[in-house]
Amino acid sequence: MADNTTEKKGAMKMDLNTPMLDQLEDGPWPSFVTDLKGHAEKRPQVGQLLNQLEESYENRWNYWTGAVVNVSGYGGGIIARLSQKADKYPDLAQFNTIRVIPPPGFVYNTTKLRELADIAEKHGAGIMQLHGMTGDLLLLGYDNAGSFAAAEDIMKAGFDIGGSGGALRTLQCCVGQARCEMACYDTMKATRFLTNRYIDFLHMPEFMYKFKFKLSGCANDCANATHRSDMPIIGTWRGPMQVDQAKVAEFIEEKGIEAVIDNVLTRCPTRCLSLKGKELIVDNENCVRCMHCINVMHKALKPGVDKGISILLGGKRTLKIGDTMGFMLVPFMKLESDEDYEALANLIDNVWEFWNDNAHDHERVIEFISRVGLGTFLKGIGMEAEPAMVARPRTSPYIKFEELAPPRMGGEQNQNPPVWQREPEVQES
Amino acid sequence: MSESTMGPRNQGAPDYNEHIHPVMAKNYGDWDYHERLKPGVIRYVSKSGDSLYVVRAGSPRTMSPATVHKVCDIADRYCDGFLRFTIRCNVEFSTPKEENVELIIKAVKEELGFPIGGTGNSVSNITHTQGWLHCNLPATDAAGSVKALMDDLIGEFEKEEMPNRVHISASCCQINCGSHADISIIVQHHHAPRIDHKNMMICELPKVVAICPAAAIRPKMMNGATSVEVVDEKCMYCGACHGQCPSMEIRDADTDTLSIWVGGKASSTRGGPSQMKLATWGLPNNPPRWPEVSDAVRKILAAYKESGKPWERVGEWIERIGWAKFFEMTGFPFTRYHIEDGPDALTTLNRSSHVRL
Repeated sequence: MADNTTEKKGAMKMDLNTPMLDQLEDGPWPSFVTDLKGHAEKRPQVGQLLNQLEESYENRWNYWTGAVVNVSGYGGGIIARLSQKADKYPDLAQFNTIRVIPPPGFVYNTTKLRELADIAEKHGAGIMQLHGMTGDLLLLGYDNAGSFAAAEDIMKAGFDIGGSGGALRTLQCCVGQARCEMACYDTMKATRFLTNRYIDFLHMPEFMYKFKFKLSGCANDCANATHRSDMPIIGTWRGPMQVDQAKVAEFIEEKGIEAVIDNVLTRCPTRCLSLKGKELIVDNENCVRCMHCINVMHKALKPGVDKGISILLGGKRTLKIGDTMGFMLVPFMKLESDEDYEALANLIDNVWEFWNDNAHDHERVIEFISRVGLGTFLKGIGMEAEPAMVARPRTSPYIKFEELAPPRMGGEQNQNPPVWQREPEVQES
Repeated sequence: MSESTMGPRNQGAPDYNEHIHPVMAKNYGDWDYHERLKPGVIRYVSKSGDSLYVVRAGSPRTMSPATVHKVCDIADRYCDGFLRFTIRCNVEFSTPKEENVELIIKAVKEELGFPIGGTGNSVSNITHTQGWLHCNLPATDAAGSVKALMDDLIGEFEKEEMPNRVHISASCCQINCGSHADISIIVQHHHAPRIDHKNMMICELPKVVAICPAAAIRPKMMNGATSVEVVDEKCMYCGACHGQCPSMEIRDADTDTLSIWVGGKASSTRGGPSQMKLATWGLPNNPPRWPEVSDAVRKILAAYKESGKPWERVGEWIERIGWAKFFEMTGFPFTRYHIEDGPDALTTLNRSSHVRL
């Protein structure tokens, strides 16, 4: 058994030669260059990193190669980075990233965060990033042995490592009910539930391509779920919003009636707010739960009491079919009881099964839906279509109505098997 | 002796109950309202009457363990040992004691050198990607341009004087991991990938062919070995193949440029979420401080600050004043490259007689 400590031999110390990076030490915003220069005193490989980065700045070129390296039993969580200039910077030969699953909402007690900082430093360069764009706490700069030893210590400290490749990726959520009055469901609990329920899919890249959840407590979408996740889960409510008319009147007295007209009434997307004196009348049936009026008058207005979630599907950035945003899949469901959580998991299982059974390699779920059509997808996951899913019905009249297709020559009903199930037709000779 | 490293431990996400401030734990789900006391300081009030004061500071995202310990020192001294990060890489110090607020601000400025702000109608911290520091695909370094840009915009981070909040992102390749934002900075390439035919054995060729969104890649024998060719007329220089196969080099230090996009919005408030649109292109990839990028972003923010109405995000402001006015106010030329040619192209045209004359 190898010694767990990989604070071995010590990296090669190298004089810094970074005239371009030095210019990023000027100015009032905190400089990562200054911080890393200080850190290089302790971890000389960071000096090599800065020198390589300087060459990138000079030549406008990158010197990292990606590769695959895995902790035993895991298929993700470590991103291998190999320097193409390892002959010059020997301690960058293996300089991997470790993705650590942070506590939901990026909350930390300092004891644990300090423990992670110590682990980060113990086994390699120990550069920390809080946080990566997917939502991991990133540790940078480990050779393979250091990566394994660090991962072991991370797990001993009670943390786990996150997803990479065609896997479920580390989940991300807003602060939710822990500190926000707007949150319509417990985002932290749901994030932890989904992470732990599907931890195997985080650890093993078994999907056709990556899958991301992001969870926001309301339509303000502080987790940027709509743009950045395959399944955005967004808090909402049924029934009327809560209005405290006394505080409405206070708001009007303080800010003036014009401010309410300009900033609240006329900004309502469905024009469902009006004033009767200093009383706010809400057409709750037409409220689309956009949160705007609540944001402006947040002491007077609150989400309704019958809270739950909307589930969307398919947000991602541009590659390969262009930008997409999540569309409404489930307009409302409760997320409180164990049964509610099981119902959510059941939906996710159905989406994953149909997607992974039928998608192409490297096809995100929305790209798959774009290819086969939402109608086909809904049939595949056993859901009925409903108007909330679309902005408008179709305009193209060319439709294959299964119910209206004539019987075949042999007399049997044409079942029109969906394209993903269709057997090649065999010609009888 | 270490324990066996075989098999996953499946520990999953840490229990947040151990990581939230006791006042957050006590009032979980019971918060009533919040008020922004000044830029960077928010007071959250619970139905129980408890208050939690939150001081928000901008971080450089990339930090040494020593800096993380310094952050923890402040949280230990004033915040009962708890802290939080936002998705825009700000760090939040929370305390139930009002008298700690100024002490935290002083400590953050003096001990960390981090600015206080990023709340309300400010320009918040920039989300950005790994860049030359540690990614395998980048054509630029996001962290450097972000540092230079925030040096410029720090005054707007520390104030709340914009019509609404401003989110900015910077991405170092066209995969755009920095994502949509009110203002977004992305690299663009200007020719088809250069293929290293001698090194194609490291890639799965069927996957390389299949990943092309323009169907521009086809198999080809080169000097007796399997390889691919790219049909230049079809290729849109996106670099999808480069992510799949390092031998399909899309980057070019001499020709890559940066472009700026505006109007992305994730939240469903008012008109709903929106995607970002091209504002200007062809900016030089100019390390170490990318002054042309800072200049363009400053122009957009100045115009937005001047003519945006309260609560209008950048995209909503432009929709109201019209794109012609946006280009006039920023001085960016409107070119034929600004016109969509993707699958939804026709729906992006002005299909009405509406025009501001």
